[in-house]
Amino acid sequence: MENKQKKNITDRVWDLFSSVKLAVVIFSIIAATSMVGTVLEQNAEPEKNIKIIMKMLRVGHDTAQGLYGFLAQLGFMDMYHAWWFVTLLLLFAANLIICSIDRLPRVWKLAREPIQAMPPELLEKVSVKRSITLKGSAETIKESVRAGLKEIGFSPAEAAVSHGVQFYAQKGNYSRLGVYITHLSILVILAGAIIGLFFGFNAFLNLPEGEQSSVAYKDRGVELPLGFEIRCDNFEVSYYGQSDMPKAYKSWLSVFKNGKKVLQKSIVVNDPLTYEGVTFYQSSFGIIPGSQGKGIIILKAVSADGKAQNIEAKVGDSFLIPGTQITGRILDFSPAISIDATGRYVSYDEQLKNPAVQVAFSGLKDGNYTGWILKRYPQTWQLPSGDRVELVDYWGVEYTGMQVRKDPGVFIVYLGCIFMSIGLFMSFFMSHKRIWVNVSEEKGGTRVVIGASAHRNRAAFEGRVEKLVGILSSGPKGERK
Amino acid sequence: MNSSVFFGLSSLAYILAMILYIAYLAFKNKTVGVTATALTIAGLLSQTAALLIRWKEFAELGNMGLLRGVPLTNLYESLVFFVWCLILAYLVIEFRYKNRSFGAFITPIAGLVLAFIDISGMSKGIQPLVPALQSNWLLAHVMMSFIAYAMFAVSFSTGLMYLIVTTDDRTDAAYIFWTAMLSVFIIVLAAMGIDYLTFKMSVKGQEELIKSYLFKATFRSGSGFVTVLSFAFSAALFFVIWRFGGIMKKIISGVEISADMLDEITYKSIAMGFPIFTLGGLIFGAIWADQAWGKYWTWDPKETWSLITWFFYAFYLHGRLMRGWKGRKVAMVAVLGFLAVIFTYLGVNLLLSGLHSYGAE
Repeated sequence: MENKQKKNITDRVWDLFSSVKLAVVIFSIIAATSMVGTVLEQNAEPEKNIKIIMKMLRVGHDTAQGLYGFLAQLGFMDMYHAWWFVTLLLLFAANLIICSIDRLPRVWKLAREPIQAMPPELLEKVSVKRSITLKGSAETIKESVRAGLKEIGFSPAEAAVSHGVQFYAQKGNYSRLGVYITHLSILVILAGAIIGLFFGFNAFLNLPEGEQSSVAYKDRGVELPLGFEIRCDNFEVSYYGQSDMPKAYKSWLSVFKNGKKVLQKSIVVNDPLTYEGVTFYQSSFGIIPGSQGKGIIILKAVSADGKAQNIEAKVGDSFLIPGTQITGRILDFSPAISIDATGRYVSYDEQLKNPAVQVAFSGLKDGNYTGWILKRYPQTWQLPSGDRVELVDYWGVEYTGMQVRKDPGVFIVYLGCIFMSIGLFMSFFMSHKRIWVNVSEEKGGTRVVIGASAHRNRAAFEGRVEKLVGILSSGPKGERK
Repeated sequence: MNSSVFFGLSSLAYILAMILYIAYLAFKNKTVGVTATALTIAGLLSQTAALLIRWKEFAELGNMGLLRGVPLTNLYESLVFFVWCLILAYLVIEFRYKNRSFGAFITPIAGLVLAFIDISGMSKGIQPLVPALQSNWLLAHVMMSFIAYAMFAVSFSTGLMYLIVTTDDRTDAAYIFWTAMLSVFIIVLAAMGIDYLTFKMSVKGQEELIKSYLFKATFRSGSGFVTVLSFAFSAALFFVIWRFGGIMKKIISGVEISADMLDEITYKSIAMGFPIFTLGGLIFGAIWADQAWGKYWTWDPKETWSLITWFFYAFYLHGRLMRGWKGRKVAMVAVLGFLAVIFTYLGVNLLLSGLHSYGAE
């Protein structure tokens, strides 16, 4: 009490911030407010959240609107970036720093301190103790104690004590620092996040096939210069078998710097392209508005004797199958073909889900032939004459949607993650183990007293001590008491 | 051999084992206990075979190697894997502590999950991987998350048991807490069972389940009378458990489970689960998100709830260091932590939207 009187305000604040109690209070507040943020959709249209409030609380539209206004004022509609939430995170960081500074010196000393021999009478007070009397000379017993300690992973020091000789060793003393490494890692991750916030950007870019761009776009269409140009050479969705289940979204990209091509790579979800610290992630795709009918049909004609040629054409164009007299005229194109109930061919989607061209062939031996060639169905590529026409692509109508990101803080965040893994491993799977073995001669034998302690997971360490006892007892004329 | 046959056999074995474990707790007949253990082991072996077969089928379907083609891509597959982890963790505890009384508290969680799988009629078919899930991180992220969830489930059970054996004053907050928790657990199980018996339906999607079927035979019934009756029954059940909860204490105390042992298992399972969850769930998840979406953290509901769960267990671990919190108070945190786990997994997918929503399909 007396002490408390003398404490000035700085000390009190320090005490508050170094307490575990404040830590759990902050955990609870962050957790509780975060819950609200997962129920209300963040950065959404007001009406969406008003509906959520109406549903959750079973109130009318007006009440919900009022409540929405109140919550929006408090920043709950973008709460993870609201000043008070950021303040909570900073308080959390301050708590971590001060807690650690407050406790670290003591723990550091415990971890650094070399182990000392212990007066034999104090061995009784250690948490794990065993004592055995063995028949055999002290010298042989000492030898087997040395070997036994080595066997269970210790390299002991020796000292003469009041009764006989003592062997002592410690292991895992630095595991006491695991907690602090974990705490530090959280700060490193937060620092990385802040660096990303200030020196990085998040943008998007919808790039039509065949076009290039030197900028990406932030929210509300703000342009962001990239410092190089990126072109979408091609975009394609592939499907599992003949289902409409997408297997991969793939964009072929080229990067140009000062007019020279410096990089070419195809990206899919989970495999982005990075150039000069800017990373492009496959994120969406679609049909360029107003592009219907303007695309280029790419066909591959292969004659019966194996001559192949790529053909670029539009609806209405004609082409010749190489090495033959057969000409094809493209009558129609469908992005997603299907047959309706009456047997007519119809398009069921604007997206290129099942692209097909209708081609009229003339110059075949047994008359003319008109048919649909479907990109995803190889059996439709064969002509009665043995020649083949493949639909390779309908190019120039799709765009690829990409997330564009630059984040110099990611590296630091990852570093923090590595620290955290190491810290947690040290904290939960390692412990500071100490062992003292006293060997003294007695009437008719040699007495061995073992004292041991582990600051965590004592049961497992007891097993090791038990093993040492076993090794010693199974010696030549060992006998346990 | 088809994997579903083995899955069916294992479910049957687990449900029978659950009944026998509860019978063992009540009558302490050794034969019953040994049979329960044998059934659990048989179930685990059968399920292991089923998982391996499904893994092979799955990888072959997508034509993408065993490490990428992991059958942990939808609700059904992940719940089944959770059950596998939980049963394995339980058997380890049974053999380590040479005590099969825990079975009566842990196998019902597996039973509840299996019942949920069946009544929700969720799709059990094998579907190829959508592009977002085609990553090497899938295996590590999902597998480690579920191992951690299983450890947390164990801590939930032992935490609850700890509360049961350390409280007997009916006005004590901790006593009311555990009786309420146990009541909710039983009520949810019973309500889902009644849904199943009433509708015997097959549902296409989770959303449909929540909107049209869940609790429709009881709490959300069209008939006001049934709704009121359901709430009345629930209240009555809670009262009975509250009134006669002391019997539970006698039963558990009678089978040589000490409060210290329960506290130790609770701590140990969280001490295992927490680092695994941090690494596999949060860190690997963040790395994967970074690769797939270009953002390692977006505060989407799944991520946020994982963080909330993480805070709960961080609270537990730090709470043990605080004066006056060790024991009953932190045991309550352990129990609540698992509710956060359930919400992170099921609640977010079923009730909230987010980038992880494909996981619900």
